[in-house]
Amino acid sequence: MAESNASDADGPIIAMRHVHKWFGDFHVLKDINLEVGKGERVVVCGPSGSGKSTMIRCVNRLEEHQQGQIIVAGIELTADLKNVEAIRREVGMVFQQFNLFPHLTVLENLTLAPIWVRKMPKRDADELARLYLERVRIPEQADKYPGQLSGGQQQRVAIARSLCMKPEIMLFDEPTSALDPEMIKEVLDVMIELAEEGMTMVCVTHEMGFARTVADTMVFMDQGEIVERAPPAEFFANPKSERTRLFLSQILAH
Amino acid sequence: MADIEHELGRELPVPAARPRPRTHGPIGWLRANLFSSLFNTFLTLIALCLLAVTIPPIIRWGLVDAVWSAPDGLACRGADGQEAGACWAFVGDKLRFILFGRFPYDEQWRPLLVVAIFVGLIVASCDRRLWGRRLVGLWLAGFVAVGVLMWGGVLGLTYVDTSLWSGLPLTLILAVVGMLFAFPLGILLALGRRSELPAVRAVCVAYIELVRGVPLITVLFMASVMLPLFLPSGLTIDKLLRAQVAFILFAAAYLAEVVRGGLQAIPQGQIEAADALGLGYWRRTRLIVLPQALAMVIPPLVNTFIGTFKDTSLVIIIGLFDLLGTVNAALADANWQGFYVEAYVFAAAIYFGFCFFMSRYSLMLEREFNQSRQH
Ligand SMILES: Nc1ncnc2c1ncn2[C@@H]1O[C@H](COP(=O)(O)OP(=O)(O)OP(=O)(O)O)[C@@H](O)[C@H]1O
Ligand SMILES: [Mg+2]
Repeated sequence: MAESNASDADGPIIAMRHVHKWFGDFHVLKDINLEVGKGERVVVCGPSGSGKSTMIRCVNRLEEHQQGQIIVAGIELTADLKNVEAIRREVGMVFQQFNLFPHLTVLENLTLAPIWVRKMPKRDADELARLYLERVRIPEQADKYPGQLSGGQQQRVAIARSLCMKPEIMLFDEPTSALDPEMIKEVLDVMIELAEEGMTMVCVTHEMGFARTVADTMVFMDQGEIVERAPPAEFFANPKSERTRLFLSQILAH
Repeated sequence: MADIEHELGRELPVPAARPRPRTHGPIGWLRANLFSSLFNTFLTLIALCLLAVTIPPIIRWGLVDAVWSAPDGLACRGADGQEAGACWAFVGDKLRFILFGRFPYDEQWRPLLVVAIFVGLIVASCDRRLWGRRLVGLWLAGFVAVGVLMWGGVLGLTYVDTSLWSGLPLTLILAVVGMLFAFPLGILLALGRRSELPAVRAVCVAYIELVRGVPLITVLFMASVMLPLFLPSGLTIDKLLRAQVAFILFAAAYLAEVVRGGLQAIPQGQIEAADALGLGYWRRTRLIVLPQALAMVIPPLVNTFIGTFKDTSLVIIIGLFDLLGTVNAALADANWQGFYVEAYVFAAAIYFGFCFFMSRYSLMLEREFNQSRQH
């Protein structure tokens, strides 16, 4: 896509510098500094309420930051709606609760944004959508409604829906937390494939096996701060911070 | 529901040896629905008694003893001056006046055609395959045709002033035009009330609360009596137009609150997902939020529409002759005095026909929307 000029730069595709955010008096994000390079896979973990969701939701401005600078795909996030919409076209997001549109069929869920945002002819959009359904291994569900699918299938549709916009970056906010255990793998498999194809990914998850497999960088957050940032081997083998060690011991215990 | 139960019933394996109580056929139906328990049987018997007491006299009055044709009101009454049965001759004699009122007698095929066009458009709108641009085009063409037929003045049709429009066409114009304009306005008001812009929100809240706090009669009075006082002399606005606008503004406030109920029920996740795809406010609203919100509030929406339809009868107080107005005028005829029941039963039947249609239509829509989504 010619719309973004990030691909020709070697600089980070996401850059957060000294980002602060408050919910009322509550300081959720404290001086967040994070750079993600093109093709880099970042896995974010941390205890509940530490601000993980808030941080990645700032990347496509589902949440507004109040201080600092966020630059995504070469565009700075400001109150300017044009910039916000330009960034949202380049950033896909997958939610914990899937958030599929229940009044549209699976195929319509997938083609909606390409048709209305990318102005793609319907026939091309259909073709693209079927291609991605094939890739998330549910081509036969195209004409069903989301309510007729299992959780794992719905989440794969949600991933395909984001991919149909051909985003440069994919954000995942605990994509497997709402799933029954037997469905987690089918979603993670799709995500691993995506990582292998070189997609830039920022993923909030507690699936440490997945993190070990795909992550280039692990980020640990606690109380609104990035406490530790390291390659997975180092992160799991000898975490520097006491808080990280405590968290890992809890999460790896079961 | 009944279909599902029926299906299930069929698929149950039927044991060959043991005879089961009948669940099919008329007797089975009676047993299952009317006499399933002692209490149910009791209720059924009470209902039967009530029907036995009320139905025969109504049939006797309305059909058996009814007078179907008579030259005037006296002929409808017996020697003692009492009515034995309904005097439908009165309705027959006054039919054209009740339906078309003061519209020039020789031109009454025009309002008749208008009624036919409205009914046609409404029926066509029921077919979901037609929904979209084509239906909008059909309605626009319909409105042009209605305007030409009612006003005339072109195509060799004589001009008919709006003060002569009356009866059923007037009721339909007020109701249909009213709903068609009030609906989008109501949606905008509902969206405005949830807007992030404080000024927009304040205006919408003030408007909705103000209009809802005032009776429709007051609004109509203001439109017909007070508004002309404020207009510069020489400038007049058509009385019908004023009533129509008052009507639209009034209905919009009620519809806005109904739509707002639907908007509130949309999960935040839907809005976030649409935002994350870069849809933007208007596309998000049109493609994601409204289709779900409106489908959720079909019953109260139709409720409001039915209320609006019946409220058109209030225009009688500002001197417009809608269907109820022409019925009242017909009752004033010296040749036919005192046939109130017949007149109002006839008017009620027409109102009922339209309202019943709306409620069946809403049921059909609900069923269709729900079928595609759940399971
Ligand atoms: N809209 C909001 N208004 C006020 N406080 C909020 C809001 N959203 C989140 N918070 C608070 O901000 C903090 C961080 O929330 P966030 O959802 O980012 O945490 P998280 O790390 O994603 O946690 P979890 O693992 O439970 O998803 C929490 O204490 C939460 O209560
Ligand atoms: Mg979270």
